[in-house]
Amino acid sequence: MAADASGAQVLAGTADIVQVARARRRVDWSGRLAHAILIVSVAVIAFPLYYALVISTQTLDQVMSLPPRLLPSTNAVHNYIDAWTRVGMGRLLLNSAIVALAVALGKIVISLLSAFAIAYFNFRGKQFVFWMIFVTLMLPIPVRIVSTYQVISVLGWVDTYWGLTVPLMASATGTFLFRQFFLTIPDSLAEAAQLDGAGPMRFLWSILLPLSRANIAALFVILFVYGWNEYLWPLMVTNSPNMRTAVIGIDSLVPRTSQLPEWNVTMAAAVMTLLPPVAVIVVMQRWFVRGLIETEK
Amino acid sequence: MKRTVFRNRWLPYALVAPQVAITLVFFFWPAFDSLRLSLYRASPFGDRLIFIGLRNFERLASEAAYFRSVATSFVFSFCVTVVGLALALLLASLANAKIRGLTAYRSLLLWPYGIAPAIAGIVWLFIFHPSFGILPWLLSFVTTYQFNWFLKGWVAMVLIIVAAVWKQFGYNLAFYLAGLQAIEKSVLEAASVDGAGPIRRFFAITFPLLSPVTFFLFTLNMTFSFFETFGLIHAVTQGGPGDATSIMVYRAWKDGFDGLQLGFSAAQSVILMIVVITLTAFQFRYAEKKVTY
Repeated sequence: MAADASGAQVLAGTADIVQVARARRRVDWSGRLAHAILIVSVAVIAFPLYYALVISTQTLDQVMSLPPRLLPSTNAVHNYIDAWTRVGMGRLLLNSAIVALAVALGKIVISLLSAFAIAYFNFRGKQFVFWMIFVTLMLPIPVRIVSTYQVISVLGWVDTYWGLTVPLMASATGTFLFRQFFLTIPDSLAEAAQLDGAGPMRFLWSILLPLSRANIAALFVILFVYGWNEYLWPLMVTNSPNMRTAVIGIDSLVPRTSQLPEWNVTMAAAVMTLLPPVAVIVVMQRWFVRGLIETEK
Repeated sequence: MKRTVFRNRWLPYALVAPQVAITLVFFFWPAFDSLRLSLYRASPFGDRLIFIGLRNFERLASEAAYFRSVATSFVFSFCVTVVGLALALLLASLANAKIRGLTAYRSLLLWPYGIAPAIAGIVWLFIFHPSFGILPWLLSFVTTYQFNWFLKGWVAMVLIIVAAVWKQFGYNLAFYLAGLQAIEKSVLEAASVDGAGPIRRFFAITFPLLSPVTFFLFTLNMTFSFFETFGLIHAVTQGGPGDATSIMVYRAWKDGFDGLQLGFSAAQSVILMIVVITLTAFQFRYAEKKVTY
């Protein structure tokens, strides 16, 4: 028996060694394959942006040359200045920044408050409020195109920052995210706060808010990108070129069939428009990944 | 439910007030107004509304162009979702190994999430450009077929599908990679010992175990391609050539804002509302229930 057992152990041991050795060899190969595939994927994903950047540095002749030039040229400053002045890029980017920041911060504040109310209070009509917030999930902008415009014009909010931002500040995602998070916070914290004589607002400000920092950062990245890139809404509620945001404002720079194909200028404008949200994602990488997972729950 | 609750008569109402106000004014009011408007049409001078019952819906049901737009929407969304997910899953399974630098790869994959669909479309529009684009130029070595999306509807469709898939691709890949890393290696090893080959292992074990990720990405990509690609269409193809890329959201906007057919556009909004409700119901029916009342 004892011999059998030890024999089995030895066998198992050798099996382990064989397996480890085999695994090592296999890991090496599959590891190389993995690196190769990921590097190719990254390159393929990066190519369009690289191409856009390269085109934005070329002269019109180079843009039109065949075979296409894949190397940067020297006309960058000229193209970027051209794009900047032709559509009033400064104003467009400012509008985009205002919209993105206002929507992100407004939404965070509004959903923090309502999530706090729902998680920490019992009040008449709570179920109804919760249900109402939930239903907004089913009413994205495209399902209320004409009527929303009418509401905005009744309020006199066409071509205003109010019209561009306030209607985008309510949504279920933020409220659900914070509510879910509040439910994981031990009750003892609120009890202790109450014993110490802290009121609800004090508790929200001094305890919940610091605890929610990571969630707030995560939501901020997602919402900033959302606000910056929203297209249909600003297209509907603005008429004056002064109030347009960058994503819709640069549309006039896209050469149509009969126009001079100044794609170098178009690409310069496109690069300026896409850089801020991409930069926010890259800089706030850690929270962004967290936000992606949390907001879709 | 929390046991500890604060007691206050008016504070909770004050706290939910901003959210409730915005929801009522900018979600419920326009939604009900869409329902109401869908039963009217604007008079020739646009000064008053004439009640016409379900005539707008009858018109939609009898219009071939509307059916084309519905078909276009579904073909587009389905292609973006299925092509995008299949490609991401294939590459993720091939790249599923314990390697160093996964976080770095994730960063390099995720940044296109920040690019607006419209901007992605503009960049791809140039890549597809019939005269100067690199793609038709490369294809001209293989075939004499003219890949001119200005003239050929299906090329325009491929263009917007590629742009949308590109924008979502890194995101899908990153989620699949994370999902694959979470699968217990011992299960796959056991199957391997039992003689299951890599393809068998993939379909018998990996794919079923990944189904929550697939489900999550499926709904997300469907919603994205159906409702968030308006900018892509508007900036790149404007529904054309003809109405080859005129998806439902684009049509509803065009009929409402360009054509000023308010009631007709509202009726299309109502149909879109039904699509969203179906998608949401699907999501909550098949996903584990994540929202508790």
